[in-house]
Amino acid sequence: MDVGYVELAIGSILISNFVLMKFLGLCPYLGVTKRTSDSVGMGLAVIFVMTLASAVTAALYRHVLLPTTPEHTNILQAVGFPFPAGERGLVDVLRTISYILVIAALVQFIEMVLRKSVPALYRALGIYLPLITTNCAVLGVALLNTTDWKGSASGLPVHLAAFNGFCAGIGFLLAMTLMSGIRERLAESRVPKALRGIPIAFLCAGLMALAFMGFTKLFGIAV
Amino acid sequence: MSVWEQLGPYLGSAWLVLGALAVVFGAVLALANRFFRVAVDPRQEQIEEVLPKTNCGACGYGGCAAYAEAVVLGKADANLCLPGGAETAVLIGKIMGLEVAAAAPKVAVVLCQGSFQNSSERFRYIGERDCRAATATHYGQAACLYGCLGFGTCVRACPFDAMVLDSETGLPRVLEDRCVACGTCAEVCPKNIIEVLPKERYIHVLCRNQDPAKAVRQVCKVGCIACRKCEKVCPVEGGAVHVAGNLAAVDMETCISCGKCAQECPVACIGNFRKLRREAKKRNAPAGQDEPAEQAA
Repeated sequence: MDVGYVELAIGSILISNFVLMKFLGLCPYLGVTKRTSDSVGMGLAVIFVMTLASAVTAALYRHVLLPTTPEHTNILQAVGFPFPAGERGLVDVLRTISYILVIAALVQFIEMVLRKSVPALYRALGIYLPLITTNCAVLGVALLNTTDWKGSASGLPVHLAAFNGFCAGIGFLLAMTLMSGIRERLAESRVPKALRGIPIAFLCAGLMALAFMGFTKLFGIAV
Repeated sequence: MSVWEQLGPYLGSAWLVLGALAVVFGAVLALANRFFRVAVDPRQEQIEEVLPKTNCGACGYGGCAAYAEAVVLGKADANLCLPGGAETAVLIGKIMGLEVAAAAPKVAVVLCQGSFQNSSERFRYIGERDCRAATATHYGQAACLYGCLGFGTCVRACPFDAMVLDSETGLPRVLEDRCVACGTCAEVCPKNIIEVLPKERYIHVLCRNQDPAKAVRQVCKVGCIACRKCEKVCPVEGGAVHVAGNLAAVDMETCISCGKCAQECPVACIGNFRKLRREAKKRNAPAGQDEPAEQAA
């Protein structure tokens, strides 16, 4: 379990960027990148939700779904709840569905809290916050945080998972901002008729992904 | 081993865990709903319901929700929604308990007839196909410095698809049935040749050129030459059409839309929209079809 902050940050932002290398969250990547202001709003909302969702799902994974190990305790087992025997506990049957539940409830909760306590931020995030409920990049980062990480079956600890979620969000914001900059320029230029609109956006996305592949094994980090 | 035997040991605890999660989240959300509830004036939601939700911004606010908020707070009048028109204004008035005078319906009018046939170009422009960019290059390629450049910036800007670029004339045309008078086209036009005008006034001067007659005739066949013939034939006391600064202008307040000036204009630069709008009205009234009416070029 020797995963450092720097390694995680470089890994999630550049080397395995969620949009450009893992190809997750492509829907907002093409849908909300027509204007830079929109894509920055969406990116900030995603950072916010990814960080919180990563923390909550990592805690759920370690303390509810996985059986007790020396590293962490399972709450259910601790209180004498009938827990299925086996190395992976409830992980395989419940992981995806419970994470979706967590993310949906979390986004709802955050929306309510923000609306009451930080109306300015609520207005700035606007429609993007509820949209993120169904963003696969959020579920993706939650699932990847809690898969085997460098040989440890229990995934990243909660604080590192939250940090990884934050960095994945930064990576998402980076990809969104770059793409919206390109698309704002594209809107002003003369594109061949057959490629106008989405096709040229797909071409740009592909070229950007190719460029990001250049980061593979950057500083010898393999994530 | 059957599927059930494999799943057996997990089923009991699985549904318990999921059930517990659901109960916990439900409780948390219910509590949040109670403690983090933001009191919103119920009228605001009602007004949002009756607004068209196109977020066009014609009212001067950031969107339908912002406008509804402004109305409830008393900052905005109830009749500012142009796409909604009189109907919406009355509904909002009912919600707010006010008597509302409906705003007169308006429509965008293209005030230029400098088509391919009527006018020409000063030079060949090979830049960005955008009127604003072309204007930055020696005021645009059109022979008339006041006239339409025909790159359709207004057509692309229209949020309601209510404009088309006529390929025969090279001029934009307003599909009046779709136009909601939001004024977006007028805003983007660098030559200011689009104006949002009352729909019930049929007579408009379709020229913006303020040069003397000789200069106008050199660049356009249908430009206003300020001959004052329209002033002479106008039956309204004091005249509803006046020539000022080498250009005729119709006074929307006093014009009775009789059409005499349009008939008499020697260069046919005064347009009469009576027939067009009457027909559109007739067509829409009985069956309620929404075929776009087309402005005579």
